[in-house]
Amino acid sequence: MSLSDKDKAAVKALWAKAEGKSSEIGAEALGRMLVSYPQTKTYFSHWGDLRPQSAKVKKHGATVMAALGKAVKGIDDLTGTLSALSELHAFKLRVDPANFKILGHNIILVLAMFFPADFTPDVHVSVEKFLQNVAWALSEKYR
Amino acid sequence: MVEWTEQERSIITSIFSNLDYEDVGPKALSRCLIVYPWTQRYFASFGNLYNADAIKTNPNIQAHGTRVLHGLDRAVKNMDNIKSTYAELSVLHSEKLHVDPDNFKLLADCLTIVIAAKMGSGFTPEMQATFQKFLAVVVSALGRQYH
Repeated sequence: MSLSDKDKAAVKALWAKAEGKSSEIGAEALGRMLVSYPQTKTYFSHWGDLRPQSAKVKKHGATVMAALGKAVKGIDDLTGTLSALSELHAFKLRVDPANFKILGHNIILVLAMFFPADFTPDVHVSVEKFLQNVAWALSEKYR
Repeated sequence: MVEWTEQERSIITSIFSNLDYEDVGPKALSRCLIVYPWTQRYFASFGNLYNADAIKTNPNIQAHGTRVLHGLDRAVKNMDNIKSTYAELSVLHSEKLHVDPDNFKLLADCLTIVIAAKMGSGFTPEMQATFQKFLAVVVSALGRQYH
């Protein structure tokens, strides 16, 4: 399900609006993922405190969201833009790609929470497709 | 058998007793039909589903969204017995409506997102986890009688 021009425009517009709250959104999404999908905690067992308000969770959420911001800027070539991150996830982190969908769901939920008027069903489709394409690009180097 | 803590039970009761069914139901169903357009296959007789605006204003979709949301009330009242509560509905969805059970999860996700959008930060991570657990049990029960 590749991205149409309409999808790309919708994603860019929403991200421009969300830019100021990027760290907060990322932290909230990651925190919620760890609470609602406890199996995802297995990747962060070395952190100790995995509650949503912990410093490490907040910082990492911000990091993830910043990377997504870069993906938005490179939306015309996600495979290229995310190549290094794909290698990281494939060879070092070895995150099961099924988890990309789980985090994606939480990002979408938080976007809906923060921007209820802007996150219309049409924007929702485009963002979900975008996150699916990001997940695909992130999985590129796995095998 | 699904175990529910006292906190989980009170979260579910609280969400549903503060729910505006006529608003959330239609929003959740129409979002599902727009975000996952293949789900429109089950609503061919509902009239104009040509674009997002048509779907959002379609009176059949609005009525059905409210109806489906009220369908969850029985699960809220029978949290310790959701599996048998929905046995008949599961047979209906399988034998009469022929709905692919993967779709139940799609609607459940849309419902969660609509409620999150409405409640904002009032929809805490714990409430999200509990609500998603509840919906997962419902989804499982609805798929149970398929063969």
